[in-house]
Amino acid sequence: MKNKTHKTASGRRVFLGKLGKVAVYAGALLGAARGLAKGESSAAGSFPTADYDWTKHRWGYGVDATRCIGCLRCVEACKIENGVSNDAHHFRTWVERYVYLKGEDKPRIDSHSDPQNIAAAGSQGEYRFDNRYKDAEVEKAFFVPKLCNHCEHPSCVQVCPVGATFKTKDGAVLIDHTYCIGCQYCVQACPYGARTFNYEQQVTDKCTWCYHRITKGLQPACVEVCPVNARIFGDLMDPGSAIRKFIRENRVQVLKPETGNAPTCFYIGIDKEVS
Amino acid sequence: MQELYHVAPYTGYVYPNETVFPWGVLIVIYPYITGLVAGSFTVSTFYHVFGMKRFEPVARFALLTALSFMIFVPTPLLFHLGHPERALNALWTPHLTSAMAAFGYTAGFYILLLMLETGFIFRQHIVARAQATTGVVRGFYRILAFGSDDVSENALAYDRKWIRALALIGMPGAHILHGYAGFVFGSLKAREWWASDLMPAIFLSSAVISGIALLVLLYVAVAKVRKFALDNECMRGLAYTLFGFLIFTLVLELLEFVNLIYKGREGIETVMALIAGPLALGLNIQLVGSVIPLVVLTVMIWRKTQGTPLVVGLTVSAALIMIAVLAMRWNVVIGGQELSKTMKGLLTYHAPIWGREGIVVAASVFIAPFFVLWALTRLFPPWDAGSQRA
Repeated sequence: MKNKTHKTASGRRVFLGKLGKVAVYAGALLGAARGLAKGESSAAGSFPTADYDWTKHRWGYGVDATRCIGCLRCVEACKIENGVSNDAHHFRTWVERYVYLKGEDKPRIDSHSDPQNIAAAGSQGEYRFDNRYKDAEVEKAFFVPKLCNHCEHPSCVQVCPVGATFKTKDGAVLIDHTYCIGCQYCVQACPYGARTFNYEQQVTDKCTWCYHRITKGLQPACVEVCPVNARIFGDLMDPGSAIRKFIRENRVQVLKPETGNAPTCFYIGIDKEVS
Repeated sequence: MQELYHVAPYTGYVYPNETVFPWGVLIVIYPYITGLVAGSFTVSTFYHVFGMKRFEPVARFALLTALSFMIFVPTPLLFHLGHPERALNALWTPHLTSAMAAFGYTAGFYILLLMLETGFIFRQHIVARAQATTGVVRGFYRILAFGSDDVSENALAYDRKWIRALALIGMPGAHILHGYAGFVFGSLKAREWWASDLMPAIFLSSAVISGIALLVLLYVAVAKVRKFALDNECMRGLAYTLFGFLIFTLVLELLEFVNLIYKGREGIETVMALIAGPLALGLNIQLVGSVIPLVVLTVMIWRKTQGTPLVVGLTVSAALIMIAVLAMRWNVVIGGQELSKTMKGLLTYHAPIWGREGIVVAASVFIAPFFVLWALTRLFPPWDAGSQRA
């Protein structure tokens, strides 16, 4: 009886020992897997793609509203490059027009998705501002390009229940379309209206700064096509980059700073009525 | 393309992406249902926790009502999700900074608690049923009785302990579940109409009045059908609690409203235009549905109204409050989205009748719990005085 008890106890000890080893191996495997997922493996410098290291960059975006002519090539390029729904309700980037008429103290604001502008363009898949103010006395007028602000503290990332939207190490806010559950809480939480719902894929959609392009050393499509350099993009880690020069040489501001979101899109030439 | 979503007409300037509403009538129904759960559970705790004897006639029915509605709480969300098949991602990989990530856990915990509480309260009856039947039916009842057919005084005392403990835990459970729904809206700084610290409290207290109101209506209806007399003391108790919580709710709502107007932050003109424009009907329904019951209940309590006049007055008040709370959910969920994030424009939401997120689906989600409640009362007779205990 005594012997038997002893045997059982030692058997249990052996079993526990084995269990411990299994746990250690499993832990090590799990740790390695997590390290890989986070890009912290020994092969650093190869994430998210083989020839791009996201710890070596910090992207930033500039908008020079004094230069924008409202040609909307950026909107068109974005839709084509990123396959954004070709209608007047889904945009990764858009342009707003602010017009102060003589004798009015509030601006008249519209974007290219305004029905009158769509009528002037001929379809929702073409973009233009109509000439509605041609007979009015315009005191001041300007265009403001808008896009996701890729905030330092993004509310969209904060509220995502599954972590499908996230901030990359190089500063972009992205969405994993294969993991998004389509609750649209992020659409609600974004103070800038930068998010939209992709009804074909039933997931949320937004500007990625053309992540597939910038990680290959290219410019975002909207920046590439802008004929007047109203859109500036570059690496904040590189002192010689266009964006660092833009921030250095101008007094920049961000949209809705009171939200605490700390956008990394910097504006010049906007007015108090721009929000 | 167009049939996939509904475009909202607007005035002023709104962001181009705002013309499609992210959350529609299904998300109006969702907090309405969770509110009814929290409210009816609260009534059952009046008896099971606070020991208020006058609520005994409806206490067990209140619990079944909470359970019936709780079963359907996740459905409006699942209908709404673009990828409902990925819903469990929020359970496997919850993103801890998201209020919404707590939903699965809170709801799961709470539904389990309600089922356990129901099992313990009706165990004596279930054991009797198990003993009177054979075969599969007997097996089914035995599972419901937690596999025990012991109904000795000792065992019943044990059950009572569980009933009290579960009701005690259930109180914060129910209120967290619904306070959470208020937090989902109140914590969003992007929407001026939502971003209020009082939002969870308003959601909670309005939930309690909607739950009491629902129980009044069901109690009166069941008494009519089953031809039993309404318990006068119970009705008076329901009138008192409805009155008290109604005042509390109205004060909170008034405080929130006055705060919003008084602070008068940027875009307040647009907020005023929202109140006078797209949201005017909803707000008026909420106002009338709250003020008339307040007057009726005040008069009845002042005059110590009894019997049939009490039944009529309370039923009318309860019906109006049910409508007012539904209007309140609409005014929060839809109203918040009708006010553009630009604070320079207003949108108008027109609920689609058909489709996954239409009125028909939302109404079905609301009506379905009543059928489940009917089925549950077959299984666990809450009106059977013989098994009334605990």
